[in-house]
Amino acid sequence: MTPTISKPNGRKIQLMATCLCDAFFDNVAKATVEVLEHAGCEVEFPENQTCCGQPAFNCGDWTASRQVMRHTANVFKGDKPVIVPSGSCAAMLFHGAPLEFEKESDLGTINDLAGRTWEIADYLVNGLGIQKWPGRFQARIAFHRACHTRGTPSGAAAMQLLESIEGIEVIPFGEAEQCCGFGGTFSVSFPHVSSSMGCLKLEHITAVDPDFVVSGDMSCMMHLGGLAEREGKPIKTLHFVQILQAALQNHA
Amino acid sequence: MPEQKVDSYARRLDRPVQQAVHDNSAAGTEKRYGSLAKDFTDADSLRRLAGAIRQHSIENLDIYLEQAEASLNRNGAHVHYAVTADDACRAVSDILKKAGAKKIVKSKSMISEEIHLNDHLATQGIESVETDLGEYIIQIDGDHPSHIVKPIIHKNRRDIARSFEREGLGDYNDDPQTITRRARDFMRGKYLGADAGITGANFVVADTGRLVLVTNEGNSRFCLAAPRIHIALVGIEKVIPSDSELTVLLNLLGRSATGQQLTVYTEFINGPARKDRPSGPEEMHVIFVDNQRSEILASNCREILRCIRCGACLNVCPIYRQASGHAYRSVYPGPIGAVLSPLLAGKNFKQLADLPKASSLCGACNEVCPVDIPIPDLLLRLRNKAHEEHLPSPGTPPMAGFGILASSPSIWKIAMKTGGLSSLVPLEKLPLPYLSPWLKTRTLPGWRGGQFRSWMKSRNKK
Repeated sequence: MTPTISKPNGRKIQLMATCLCDAFFDNVAKATVEVLEHAGCEVEFPENQTCCGQPAFNCGDWTASRQVMRHTANVFKGDKPVIVPSGSCAAMLFHGAPLEFEKESDLGTINDLAGRTWEIADYLVNGLGIQKWPGRFQARIAFHRACHTRGTPSGAAAMQLLESIEGIEVIPFGEAEQCCGFGGTFSVSFPHVSSSMGCLKLEHITAVDPDFVVSGDMSCMMHLGGLAEREGKPIKTLHFVQILQAALQNHA
Repeated sequence: MPEQKVDSYARRLDRPVQQAVHDNSAAGTEKRYGSLAKDFTDADSLRRLAGAIRQHSIENLDIYLEQAEASLNRNGAHVHYAVTADDACRAVSDILKKAGAKKIVKSKSMISEEIHLNDHLATQGIESVETDLGEYIIQIDGDHPSHIVKPIIHKNRRDIARSFEREGLGDYNDDPQTITRRARDFMRGKYLGADAGITGANFVVADTGRLVLVTNEGNSRFCLAAPRIHIALVGIEKVIPSDSELTVLLNLLGRSATGQQLTVYTEFINGPARKDRPSGPEEMHVIFVDNQRSEILASNCREILRCIRCGACLNVCPIYRQASGHAYRSVYPGPIGAVLSPLLAGKNFKQLADLPKASSLCGACNEVCPVDIPIPDLLLRLRNKAHEEHLPSPGTPPMAGFGILASSPSIWKIAMKTGGLSSLVPLEKLPLPYLSPWLKTRTLPGWRGGQFRSWMKSRNKK
């Protein structure tokens, strides 16, 4: 994965809310806006945004994926930083897209977008230089590092902010480096392996009995939350920006 | 709906076997991490350096291979080239026949598995005994390795004790020390009676012609102690420029494979016996095997040829841990196999084109790879290749419609709003075949399509 170096880090930003937040997790998108605004950002939400194209990319249909990515690049044109509350969708923009456009004539446009795209924790800590998050949130949390942030500063950045909040205790759990089993369409084309991976992850997480399971990617949370609910042992999941938002509400 | 083969294999796999594979792999991952962290403050940069060394080696293979041939000849070894697996098998049996060799002992070599050497030798009336304990057990069981480094990761000591009893190696006894001692007693006779020893090579150094072999059992040394002839089967990509690169690669190989600083035995073989170097076989042959490697080198997946066969990607892979090695239906399982096996299949790519799909693309394999192979990128390229070749992929939703939907914002916005209608009927009743595998084990959150958009709009109006 591409490390974030010398990306534009201004405070006038474009928000890519992601299709999952568009369809299911409006609260996460709202929290993202409020967190960014607290950090002094002017948030623009380009109305014509849809999806990063990753489902088609992962299925091998790069023609369909490039069609979506061209649309996305057009929607997010300009020179503002593009902030994404998902390590996976961000990685699609800055890593996946340049791969699928390797031999395309508009690779330059795609590289331009890649060079402006930030996963939100990385942007807050390494873009804006925020080292501590104000407020208080009383909870023991298990933080699941989303796989598509491997090799990027995002996981460490999210942990740094979470641990800086008064009242938060981040508790370690077993086999933390392992995937939750989601993997996009993998979860439906390999239902047995995918579910087994998720159940193993849940076993490790529930063994330490956290108040919340937290991640920077709602796809992982949707998978683990859905598995736990189907098993009749629901867990409380949150995106880490929701904790930042909640901490602000408890800010004196 | 038709199933993905790896998924259905994993579903049918015996629980104790799955548990053994999982536990053993997870332990391997822990050991690897510990041994690297103990000795290197920045293991990641070492990994990248090793990746650059291997990439340089394969991109200049035309130069280094010629250089290796010249060096090997200078050292007194005979060099052969084999384009296909059949060529490689024939090269071995031709050498053996010419020398009148009937009995051989073999140390562990993935390329010999790849070309199915033992099957070929059997048809030629040549006895070939695997001397690595794991490989020997595989051989007497008529089984296949399920891990690159730990071939019998799927077996337990009770299975092995039964096999030994069946082979007449003593009464049933599942004590590991007893099993090992019996194997050793049996092997000693085989080493002494063998006409030739066959090995692989972990590296071939171009400028010195040195063959480097790493093992933990010392069996490869025995294979070269008594027999007159040494045949080394080597993939053409194993060549590296000089000895100095070994300092990086050997430091990473043992740690990545088994969490050892170095394997117990590291052998440097500088050619056959001669006056000033009296020990070892009189005759040495090195067979460089291509078997599709040139094609891979010419493809957009050439980085896979950096691989030094440590197995770290298998150990860390959650799919391997659930499905075990045999699910991959090929010599190389796990993430490395999901890339390499379909490529080695060449014209039969189609038969293994499902393997690159058997990944959640979590990237753990790349993170542990000692030569920094971008395995997820290569899996994606192979998925794209399979799609371009119109190969079927069970359970994978077609994406053309998604492409249109997600590039047409007005339709997208309507779909977001009307998706809420799904809450009026039970999801299970919807005619969405790709939803049912999800819903079988997972619930979906309630549909809230368009809510964020409305919220954002109402804020902007204020």
